[in-house]
Amino acid sequence: MTLEQYAQISNYAMVAATCVLALAFVAHAAEWAFARKVADEEKELVTTGPTPPSPPTEDTTPVTERFSRVGVTLTILAAALLAISVITRGLAAERVPLGNMYEFGLAGVTVALITYLGLVWKYQVQWVGGVVAAFGLVILGMSLSTYVPAGPLVPALDSYWFEIHVSAVMLAGAFFLVGAAASVLYLIRVRAESKDNVGPVLRRFPAAAVMDKLAYRVNAMAFPLWTFGALIAGPIWAHYAWGRYWGWDPKEVWAFITWIVYAGYLHARATAGWKGRRAAYFCLIGFVTFLFSYYGVNLFGSGLHSYAK
Amino acid sequence: MNPSTQASELTPREFTRWIWRQLTSMRTALFLLLLLAVAAVPGSLVPQRGVDARTVQAFFQDHPTLAPALDALGMFSVYSSPWFSAIYLLLMLSLVGCIVPRISVYARALRARPPRAPRNFSRLPGSGTFTTTASVDEVMAAGRRALVRTRVDVVQTDAGAELRAEKGYLRELGNLVFHVSILVVLVGVAIGALWSYRGAAMVTEGDGFSNTLSQYDEFNSGPLYDSDALPPFGLLVDRMIAEFQPEGPQRGAPKRFQANVTYTENPGDKPQRYEISVNSPLSLDGGDVFLIGQGYAPVIRVTDAEGEIVFDDAVIFLPQDGSYLSEGVIKVPDAAPEQLGFQGFFMPTAVSAGDDAPTRTVYPGAVNPVIGLRMWTGDLGLDDGTPQSVYTLQKDQMTEVLDDNGEPLNISLSPGQSQTLPGGGTIEFVDLRRFARLQIADVPAKSLPLAGVSVGLIGLMASLMVRPRRTWIKATTRNDGTGARLTSVSVGVLDRVPRDETPIDLESFLTDLQETLATLDTSKENPT
Ligand code: HEM
Repeated sequence: MTLEQYAQISNYAMVAATCVLALAFVAHAAEWAFARKVADEEKELVTTGPTPPSPPTEDTTPVTERFSRVGVTLTILAAALLAISVITRGLAAERVPLGNMYEFGLAGVTVALITYLGLVWKYQVQWVGGVVAAFGLVILGMSLSTYVPAGPLVPALDSYWFEIHVSAVMLAGAFFLVGAAASVLYLIRVRAESKDNVGPVLRRFPAAAVMDKLAYRVNAMAFPLWTFGALIAGPIWAHYAWGRYWGWDPKEVWAFITWIVYAGYLHARATAGWKGRRAAYFCLIGFVTFLFSYYGVNLFGSGLHSYAK
Repeated sequence: MNPSTQASELTPREFTRWIWRQLTSMRTALFLLLLLAVAAVPGSLVPQRGVDARTVQAFFQDHPTLAPALDALGMFSVYSSPWFSAIYLLLMLSLVGCIVPRISVYARALRARPPRAPRNFSRLPGSGTFTTTASVDEVMAAGRRALVRTRVDVVQTDAGAELRAEKGYLRELGNLVFHVSILVVLVGVAIGALWSYRGAAMVTEGDGFSNTLSQYDEFNSGPLYDSDALPPFGLLVDRMIAEFQPEGPQRGAPKRFQANVTYTENPGDKPQRYEISVNSPLSLDGGDVFLIGQGYAPVIRVTDAEGEIVFDDAVIFLPQDGSYLSEGVIKVPDAAPEQLGFQGFFMPTAVSAGDDAPTRTVYPGAVNPVIGLRMWTGDLGLDDGTPQSVYTLQKDQMTEVLDDNGEPLNISLSPGQSQTLPGGGTIEFVDLRRFARLQIADVPAKSLPLAGVSVGLIGLMASLMVRPRRTWIKATTRNDGTGARLTSVSVGVLDRVPRDETPIDLESFLTDLQETLATLDTSKENPT
């Protein structure tokens, strides 16, 4: 196959994966919608009085269950397509496909989906599926908006720190994504729990404490990776590439801010036993600052990262 | 009581102590760390002098009223502004005050023996009891064996014995290491900022650079750096190689940049060769030389109306973007009868779609180099003593030269071509050279922050992952009246970081312990 053909396959696989992931999101949304509908029907039945109660819980719970399973299956398909896209992109460009924002986003979402699926397999966390799919779609959209054709690296990236730095940062970002998804659901659930109003949709999710723990675990894995990628490998490379290890370039500033927010999160959780809402907010702020350092900086800032122009 | 009178009762000494205690609480340190992050934000939104001085200039032109106000707040050099430094220093002070006293606490905790058992196990997150025919000593020995990688003390009590065990001391060590590392990083960065220097210079092929202040286009140094003491190296740019992707979807993207230089580390040394490229600087004693950019420097020769060669030099044209469309200025103060100034563009690969269509450049490599200039005559303003940038033409005392149609005169030249000037004389595009944009920098103690972050990361991981756990076993004997001896055993577990697995772990620990003791029992019975 020629390089152009590989590049074509990569693009098609990316578009197909985006569509499949969108369908996965729809499946999870349907799962929630059905859960709500069932509950509404139950309510109606109660208020309209002595009509013979049909057993809705028995045959509709499997419907939500089925949608959940469809969602996970579609996510597996999307992850496989994305992996194909990443690999063929690498073959087309004849290098590790992490050389620009488009490839960074593509590979990042791939890893995030695989991480999520691994967690589904081990801890049955398919309840975060909808939010993971939604976040994944947003990031795929961001990276599509920065699409560049596959090609060789610019000289600035010709260094083995390229693979080290970018893959560590990307892996951390993928974990941050899963952690943030769990925190979003946690916040919604804990709000309902505190009002003693856990609706039928939320009842499908595990208890708030379980979500909180998942968020913590994933973030605790992501943080050392982030530290290594952004604050160790990044500065070492920056020394060789730009002649200074830290220069308060916008990307560096935001990487630093992200680091502080997540450090605050972990610190508070580990020492003060600061579980719960405040920690979840911290985690979400951290994710937003991460997205900003990935994407916002490239939009607003001028910087030395070669794509930030 | 009125709070103000109460406050006034504090002696200055007490007040200082109070301030110190506030400043050195962990909460203040965390707050200052967050504040540092927030304070870093404006610098990522407003262009910074230290990062991109040209954009700052452009900002001043675009926002003539806003810019001076922002400047007064230090917004164009946030990271060296007094308020940013103040936060940094307070953070450092706070961390010192917060960590140094803790070092001894942490160190003592590292060597501490497991604490004594609480009286009542039922308040612990995990506890359980059983009875066995094994002796107290056997229970203690079995317990000791079951608790692997755990610090264990066994103490005799009135009724039997107590086993105290604790594991997870690495967490304390990790904590200690992490916090000390933060200090190391801050100190290292501060040293780097105070004693560093960084400058940039554009050097044309065939030209040399010697490391003195006057040779820099831009120079920044830390407040404690003595710029008279710049290390005395020098170099000559023999060749600047720039290659671009010739075809394919990435046509025109940079492919290889390399500056071949000859350098001497000290005056009089034997010159050495080196190939500087991006990611591969030339490291010298007291400074590293980096290649951070390149561009074109056409060699221009100007003769004036009297036939004298009044200008003959390579002129640096600054690239405006990735297409290497470049802008430059030629000042000819020696021209007679009037001084001359030229301003215009350089295009590495010029194409023109037709006679009327404007010329543009389509490729960054020099395939069809063309310069397009306009011309001014008058006073360049060089003699009034105010320093002037070589990249801008001061036109207030000059008039633009027009062509026969009354339009501004356009001069367009390819290498080797020359054109006659309206007032007499010629301008010639003699040759095309390249220039290298070099950055020379030295940051002392750069391994300090690196070591700090790396070691700190290891410490942090230890303190996040190690889960300290305390286990106590109390064993007492009693006679059950028939003369048989029974030992009752109670076990308590405390996780200092609450965990959901505690009951399960305890369950399996109890089962294991009972099984071990039971096999002891049978082996005792078997011989009989
Ligand atoms: C959110 C944080 C960061 C992300 C997402 C990120 C991502 C990337 C990516 C995708 C590349 C390669 C592609 C390209 O530049 O076009 C790259 C290059 C690079 N990064 Fe980062 N990075 C981050 C933070 C940092 C930090 C904090 C530093 C240094 C202190 C750093 C130093 C570098 C260097 C030196 C390069 C290569 C040179 C260049 O692009 O011209 N990065 N980064």
